[in-house]
Amino acid sequence: MSVLALHAVSRDHGAGAGLVHALSEVNLTVAAGEFVAVMGPSGSGKSTLLALAGGLDTPTSGQVVVEGADLGALGGAGRSALRRRSLGYVFQDLNLIPCLTAAENVMLPRELDGARARRARGEAHNALREVGIADLADRYPDEMSGGQQQRVAIARALVGDRRLLLADEPTGALDSHTGEDVMRVLRGRCDAGAACLMVTHESRHAAWADRVVFLRDGRVVDATPGRPGPETLLEDAR
Amino acid sequence: MSIRHGLLALLSQGPRYGYQLRAEFESSTGATWPLNIGQVYSTLSRLERDELVTRVGADEEGRFVYRITPPGEADLRRWFATPVARGDRPRDELAIKLAMAVTTPGVDVRQVVQAQRTATLRTLQDLTRLKADAPAVPADQGDRAWRLVLESMIFQSEAEVRWLDHCESYVARVPPPPPAGAPPAGTPAEAPVREGEARR
Repeated sequence: MSVLALHAVSRDHGAGAGLVHALSEVNLTVAAGEFVAVMGPSGSGKSTLLALAGGLDTPTSGQVVVEGADLGALGGAGRSALRRRSLGYVFQDLNLIPCLTAAENVMLPRELDGARARRARGEAHNALREVGIADLADRYPDEMSGGQQQRVAIARALVGDRRLLLADEPTGALDSHTGEDVMRVLRGRCDAGAACLMVTHESRHAAWADRVVFLRDGRVVDATPGRPGPETLLEDAR
Repeated sequence: MSIRHGLLALLSQGPRYGYQLRAEFESSTGATWPLNIGQVYSTLSRLERDELVTRVGADEEGRFVYRITPPGEADLRRWFATPVARGDRPRDELAIKLAMAVTTPGVDVRQVVQAQRTATLRTLQDLTRLKADAPAVPADQGDRAWRLVLESMIFQSEAEVRWLDHCESYVARVPPPPPAGAPPAGTPAEAPVREGEARR
């Protein structure tokens, strides 16, 4: 079953002469274990797509389904609960809280969700270990490099049972090596079963995804085929 | 293959003399790939042999006008529709194709750009997968060298995608060429091509 499914999703902004179709009739699914990248020029609807997938915005028409739950059919409270339980976000500006340690930053969403501190701490340490920085759990954000901070943000996005990761230019301010480390972490999370939808303008990073979807003027205009194996390479060589 | 299809693209706008083709090929591609007239005529005779162009009439000096045939038009459409594979790129066929696409009426440049971008991203995905499967830290000198070669291919592909993005935003801002059908200049004198001007 797909972790995220968009069915004929459209989003308009404004009305009358100022009407803008930010997104038109977009169909997209992301399966468990799948990494999907979205590319397109600015204004093509990438950020709108991510906001809709994350329940931060609601479509004008169409359906957004996360883990089998139709976001439109849930009330505001239901959507918030689903966001906390199933979704993780990684933004370009990391939004780590400076006066909390790495572990405390990662624990925070679980504590907000009502998990006991002890359990939240255990989960945070697991998440930090998965992204390879268990030894930095007690450091504050300003004591870490940009790449380490981004790993904390990814750990925070994945802590608990959340299986859908939404990333908006997650390598934004990082140099090419650190950016690659972040892509390796995201790739590893997907290989371990998470679903990831990432918006990026860097083709070198999009290439880590199983599938790359191209948006233009709010529509999906093309996509690379999902998970090509050795046979596609042979085909190309023929 | 790029000269062949470049000439077909020019002929799709109407019949032309050989020397006209040479001058227009050079001006369409920003004089980046100078052609000698011998290359033009040998390419034209191969095109004629393959029945993609046909000769129609000659001027008093015995110079022929060439016209594209329906199979030639079909071949040209296929060329524009087919992405260039990285392996078989003698000159920069892709740059020539884009240059021709923006100057040939009736070609959807965005479609040409998108088909290429998807193909290049697939290559980039395949290269990235090779890199992802290798250890993050290369084990020995051989692995390290291989990694560098792999990354050179990755960055070249990335540069190509960035250039395609740029082409797309550029094309969105400039008007398309006027509709085709301009016949060749009635007399050679009306084609103002002077030697020495064709090349900058």
